[in-house]
Amino acid sequence: MKEVILIKNGELALKGLNRRTFEDVMIKNMRRRLADLGEFTFTPAQSTIKVEGPDGADLDEAVERVSRVFGIAGFSRALKLEKNFDLVLENAGRYLEQQLLEAETFKVVAKRSDKKFPFDSPQICLALGERLLDEFPHLTVDVHNPEITVMVEVRDHDIFVHANQLKGAGGMPVGTAGRAALMVSGGIDSPVAGWMMAKRGVELTAIHFASPPYTSERAEQKVHDLLGKVARYAGRIELSVVPFTEIQEQIRDKCPEDLFTIIMRRLMVLCAERIAKHSGCGALITGESLGQVASQTLGAIACTDAAATMPMFRPLIGMDKDEIIAISRKIDTFEISILPFEDCCTVFTPRHPRTRPKIADVEAAEAKLDIESLVERAVAETRKIYIS
Amino acid sequence: MVAYLDNSATTALCKTAREKTVEAITEYYGNPSSLHSVGTAAQKQLDGARAAVAASLSCEPEEIVFTNSGTLANNAAIFGAAYALRRRGNRIVTTCVEHPSVSECMQKLEKEGFEVVYLKVDRSGRIDRQELMQAVNSKTILVSMMFVNNEVGSVMPVELIKSAVRKANAPALIHCDAVQGYGKLPVKPSRLGVDLLSASGHKVHGPKGVGFLYVRKGVRLVPYILGGNQEGKIYSGTQPMPAIMGLWGAVEEFPNLAEQFEHAKLLRDYFVSEAKKIGGIEINSGEDAVPYIINISLPGHPSQTVLNFLSDRGIYVSGGSACSKGHRSKVLTAMGLPPERIDSALRISLSRLTTKADIDMLLCGLESATEQLRRKM
Repeated sequence: MKEVILIKNGELALKGLNRRTFEDVMIKNMRRRLADLGEFTFTPAQSTIKVEGPDGADLDEAVERVSRVFGIAGFSRALKLEKNFDLVLENAGRYLEQQLLEAETFKVVAKRSDKKFPFDSPQICLALGERLLDEFPHLTVDVHNPEITVMVEVRDHDIFVHANQLKGAGGMPVGTAGRAALMVSGGIDSPVAGWMMAKRGVELTAIHFASPPYTSERAEQKVHDLLGKVARYAGRIELSVVPFTEIQEQIRDKCPEDLFTIIMRRLMVLCAERIAKHSGCGALITGESLGQVASQTLGAIACTDAAATMPMFRPLIGMDKDEIIAISRKIDTFEISILPFEDCCTVFTPRHPRTRPKIADVEAAEAKLDIESLVERAVAETRKIYIS
Repeated sequence: MVAYLDNSATTALCKTAREKTVEAITEYYGNPSSLHSVGTAAQKQLDGARAAVAASLSCEPEEIVFTNSGTLANNAAIFGAAYALRRRGNRIVTTCVEHPSVSECMQKLEKEGFEVVYLKVDRSGRIDRQELMQAVNSKTILVSMMFVNNEVGSVMPVELIKSAVRKANAPALIHCDAVQGYGKLPVKPSRLGVDLLSASGHKVHGPKGVGFLYVRKGVRLVPYILGGNQEGKIYSGTQPMPAIMGLWGAVEEFPNLAEQFEHAKLLRDYFVSEAKKIGGIEINSGEDAVPYIINISLPGHPSQTVLNFLSDRGIYVSGGSACSKGHRSKVLTAMGLPPERIDSALRISLSRLTTKADIDMLLCGLESATEQLRRKM
């Protein structure tokens, strides 16, 4: 008698011949996530993966972590029993005691993939239903809309007993959609953007621009902490910290104030793209949302895009701030994001930024900078940190 | 070489404090409330610490209640007094520049129905004596005023409160948050005419984890923390002996306060005259502020930037305002300073261990900062 986790694949079931590959990636991701809790085994059968830990493993923590692995549509904690129906009758009530005490109505559903098992599904339902009614007299059976569905799955080797399935993180397994580099400042938006792309199977690397002394150690620590939260979903993240002071000071000294932000963003993209290519990334990700600030107008985004050759993903582009905040609360990044440390985007804010910059004006202003050597120096002095 | 100039945030542990702390951890592990001899030994040390702290205030040992911090002492005093006297009146008088451990309590009491009057300050952070006299009426049950302001160092007319209370014939208790004054100026509750006075260990080269509340004999407070009735029932909980003994050590090392004051004043005056030569530095603290706290601004340079710049050079000061994004200093705002001065404010705070070399390092760092850092747009 032992407790296991039963995983139900999400969209994976739809992927035809690729299904095995997707499933393998998902199992690899789960294995990494659970590694320090002991040696877990992962056994796929039909559309379910059985996750079983060594004796004494912390299953609560394992469930918590599994709930954040992308590609999982739903999962349940289940009691694994030998194939003896008496054991089911004896243990089901005790195993599901808390949930049954909280509920008013229930039903029993049996699934018998081992057709040689001496009891058929209706018999199982009837016998266990009666037994549970004895043990929990306050319950009534409701076959149409029960609060709790007690599942008995009779498989080839074991019987599993569990109650309602829990919702998984959904999406696609991280790593099945290639790699992309997330540009992360420390605000509310970028971690959410990273989370959304990871949900679609993208493996993340991250790029942060630091401008000491205008930005502090705390600002960088904040980015580490944010990525730590994202890594609980996306797995280990390689973070590149780009020294950005010289570039910002040069723009401040030589370019018109109203174009500061747009030129800064273009230089960020130039640096980011070099680092991203080097890390094998196929795209950049930003947390931009249309019209949120002056640098995120259509015109400004067009100017930023013109600096890039890679695709730039902006998963938040059509979202309102409150929608973004709702996700950031869900992934637990909100409270870190609102810590008030200056970041590279807020250091030099023009009083009246240009909202409709013309690319010709921007390029003319940039001509005063030795862009190639500035970018080269910044990229060369970039530090790498691994966040998990 | 480093220059630690953030002594109003916290101070380094002095030698005697360190020795006493270690002694407590290693030898006096007993619970002072235990009746056996291990407990009794700890109780004796607790008595010693209480006597030493009482002596530093020229008060009776029984008038000292140990707490775990200055904040907790303020909380215990304010709620304890407000609840004890709530049937005799509804008005509380305080200032608009108190530390959050006072002002947050006041906001809570306001929500509970108390009427709180906040006295304003002038450009130097001082309050108006006339306004104080007028604010206290016969329904006033508590007046809480800090001794020395923690951001700009202004000294408040605490000793006048008693006259205001008498004149209004108010039942009020008088509380003084003396966290920034204790160990720096003579703090005698009887001379200040206060009933309650709070201070903290780690601002005076003692350890963190200890504060105390002076409660004048005969003053009744509603207990703030309920439990085993330690510390005169006002503040229950087993006493933090290592921190309390550390505070004892710190008090034993207190120097002559007048000499210490003169030393700090020389350094402050030197800093101010040299800073004027650098240019671009404004002094926010008033001339009659304590010399231990100097609040300055470098308009055009956000506090955090200069703080980081100095920190990289081993010079440690604090941002006069908490930070850039909307969290403007309440104190500097109340003093009516313009936004660019508030956003660029720095607090330099000295202790008896501060030397002229520290000040020179700071001046040098500030000069580089004004030359090298790009200004805000």
